[in-house]
Amino acid sequence: MDSKLDSRLNDDPGAKGGTDGSIETRIKHPLRDRAVLFVTLLLFWLMLNGTLAVDSLLIGILVSFIITLLFCSGLSFFTEFRATPQAFAAGIFYYIYFFKQLVKSNFKLAAIVLSPSLPINPGIVKVRTKLKSRMGRLMLANSITLTPGTLTMEMDGEWIYVHCVTVESTNIEQATAQIVAGFESYLEVMYG
Amino acid sequence: MQWILDLSGGLLLIAGSAFLLFGGLGLVRMPDIFNRIQAGTKTTTLGTILILAGAAFLNPQWGFKLLLIGLFLLFTNPLSSQVLARAAHRRGGDKSPKATVDRLAEDLPDRRSRVRDSSASGEHL
Repeated sequence: MDSKLDSRLNDDPGAKGGTDGSIETRIKHPLRDRAVLFVTLLLFWLMLNGTLAVDSLLIGILVSFIITLLFCSGLSFFTEFRATPQAFAAGIFYYIYFFKQLVKSNFKLAAIVLSPSLPINPGIVKVRTKLKSRMGRLMLANSITLTPGTLTMEMDGEWIYVHCVTVESTNIEQATAQIVAGFESYLEVMYG
Repeated sequence: MQWILDLSGGLLLIAGSAFLLFGGLGLVRMPDIFNRIQAGTKTTTLGTILILAGAAFLNPQWGFKLLLIGLFLLFTNPLSSQVLARAAHRRGGDKSPKATVDRLAEDLPDRRSRVRDSSASGEHL
């Protein structure tokens, strides 16, 4: 199965058409990704428990292992993370920017909901991302969902379909600059 | 010293509840499912995080676990909303008359044919 994946990796991921939207085509290190997933799950379990007792440790190892086997794409928080100082710095700035956007989006939504006329102009626009890694795209989609007035609906390779409460531009370039560019600059350094 | 923690914890709880209230109001007032999901996602994420932060102030020894729960929420909440929105769109119907543009529906015939092509050639999408 792995050799088949590798052969498909050589296709240009940016090409329109084809099946580059499917997750399977972009797995480069299936075993390493699974190891990272296993360690992340186990760490999460240990931190929640706050103990290193043998019984809880064994249960954690067992359950993490089963979950790792079930999730064949092996995607987790640190998968594809570039462990460079720049990436960590970008991560910190990313979270600052992200929380700023989250608070802003809540106030914007409260203003819309509380105004009697309900000033919305909904629609679904299409934007494009430069990010290549799976985790980078996932983080981008999540960030878009939590920023003011936008909701990720569908991802298809480099294309993202975004529902907007108030559509400002249906042009792909302009919408990309408004919706995607802010997060993309950080995520590009973190995940690529 | 304790009263500062108690006061800020209480204020955080109130702020979180206020955002959750606005979210609930949004669910009632918004015209279609996509706008409702928008209202629901953003307010529940920030509202719940504020409530977790408030609980951390009131009971500092829970802080680390509450932080983990908040992190978990931050990842899963938008993801589930996205999947709900996608499913609703694929099912069709229930779109607000105010809706102006729908690029996803415009591209749908193209996407459908690609799914058919790839399944015919034995790949799974």
